[in-house]
Amino acid sequence: MIITQQKDVNEIWAMIKDFNKILITGCDGCCQPPRSINEAKLLGQLLELKARTAGKELKWKAITILRQCDDRIAATTVRPFLEDYEALVSLACGLGVVMMNKVADKILTYPAQNSMFGGGQNNGENSFIQYCETCGNCLLGVTGGVCPIAGCAKHLNNGPCGGTVEGKCEVGGYKHPCAWIDIYRRLKKFNKLDLFKIYRPPRDYRSATSPAYIPINKVFTNEEEKTKEGKK
Amino acid sequence: MAKRPAYSNLMKEIRAGKFVITGELEPEKDFDLSAVIHSAEEMKKTGKIVAANVTDGPQGDAYTCSMVPSYLVQEKVGIESVWQMTVRDRNRIALFGDVVGGAILGLKNILTLSGDHSGLGDNKKARPVFDLDSTQFIELVSKIVDKGTDLEGKEIKGGPIEMNIGCAANPNARGEYLEPEILKVGRKVEVGADFIQTQTAFDIDEAKVFLKELERYDIPVLLGLFPLKTYGIAWYFNEYIPGVSVPKDLLSALKKAGKDNKDNKQAKHEAIDKINLEFFVPFMKEIKKTTKAAGIHCMAVHYERLFGKLLQDF
Repeated sequence: MIITQQKDVNEIWAMIKDFNKILITGCDGCCQPPRSINEAKLLGQLLELKARTAGKELKWKAITILRQCDDRIAATTVRPFLEDYEALVSLACGLGVVMMNKVADKILTYPAQNSMFGGGQNNGENSFIQYCETCGNCLLGVTGGVCPIAGCAKHLNNGPCGGTVEGKCEVGGYKHPCAWIDIYRRLKKFNKLDLFKIYRPPRDYRSATSPAYIPINKVFTNEEEKTKEGKK
Repeated sequence: MAKRPAYSNLMKEIRAGKFVITGELEPEKDFDLSAVIHSAEEMKKTGKIVAANVTDGPQGDAYTCSMVPSYLVQEKVGIESVWQMTVRDRNRIALFGDVVGGAILGLKNILTLSGDHSGLGDNKKARPVFDLDSTQFIELVSKIVDKGTDLEGKEIKGGPIEMNIGCAANPNARGEYLEPEILKVGRKVEVGADFIQTQTAFDIDEAKVFLKELERYDIPVLLGLFPLKTYGIAWYFNEYIPGVSVPKDLLSALKKAGKDNKDNKQAKHEAIDKINLEFFVPFMKEIKKTTKAAGIHCMAVHYERLFGKLLQDF
């Protein structure tokens, strides 16, 4: 899930203060904590309050969209409302905000959230924790299921570094686990320390370079496709 | 892999079987490097210190680069430098460029480090780089030195580039944390490190265990020691340097020496020096006598007055 944190209401207000009618769109997709209809309504009330203190009347409507990052779903849901509003405020992650700007391109969609990371909801630790950095080259199969990219402040491929003390990381004041000590423990537990000993050469960061495109609905064939790599 | 030739004086002395001492210089936010130069001169005067490490933004702080002072101490003072380079601030392209540049300036030792995270330093908002990690950096320098290429195998014109490669290890890893540390060092040796300079050790028994474990790799190890110039430095070290705990007796003795002599600078210096000499001289002798350590990396930064007395028997 994409973990988001709501922007300060003053920051959102500063973006939309010149408009009189705004549509606030929640998202029922993978955003956590929830950013759905109730949160959209609450934001509407807060912005209305801000507008009143500024001596202004703000008209708003809150709706929610199944997944703002899917262009068909987003477009069909939002289309009936577009004529009536001057701007959109999206409670989705950045993916949703970009998509809303594409599908409702006659007006601007403003973000109400900061997208933080791809994470898991770890109730045991009462935290959302970053588990994946979508690096494009998954190592979890050789690291005992612990990610050295999302889990290590230095993204080490050959850790641990000297900043680990008794299994904790120097970054954040020794509160968070050192991914490489966790990797060591997991591999040892499954009798796979050979994987720990292996030197991992420099990564190919092309897989993590933006902007990235992957074709969908590609035609599959059992014939080998030969692609020509363009010259630089 | 076959051993790389000894290109630097440090490596030559190690291979000759001498018990070597290296020192440490720390350029800070300095345009004026006279303090670094002065410290290097004091090291040179002892006649005991074969090379001086030059740090690269320790604690993640934005400090003067390590390349220029590494060059200057060789040129102006005539003491060989161990050029410390971290992967924190440069990607593989910048690292390559700097290593070749450093080689042009005549730098013969490079200590490959990951570097303290920028989030701990004085420019916390910086984006840390870590394109390579320190082991991958060893691969890069090995390719530059042994093959005359960059990481992709693209040839460097001219050469050969002659440099010996050092790496770090943490002698404070103990208990269940010892094995991953030792295995990590194994990767660094496999990729092409010539020597190890460790983080500072205060516990002689743990240091001996650590050195014993490293014997399996047949690589020279310089054990890191950090004489404590003031109680404040000792306290800071104890609190903020990862994994380092200064023995309580040493801390309280330093505190007392500072307190008892607070109005007499000379007496205070003498008292603190005495504590350091009583702790570190036997420590170093024991390491020299009972372990296979190749020497000591003495991180007495800004503590020039101790050099002579500390090293007179080495």
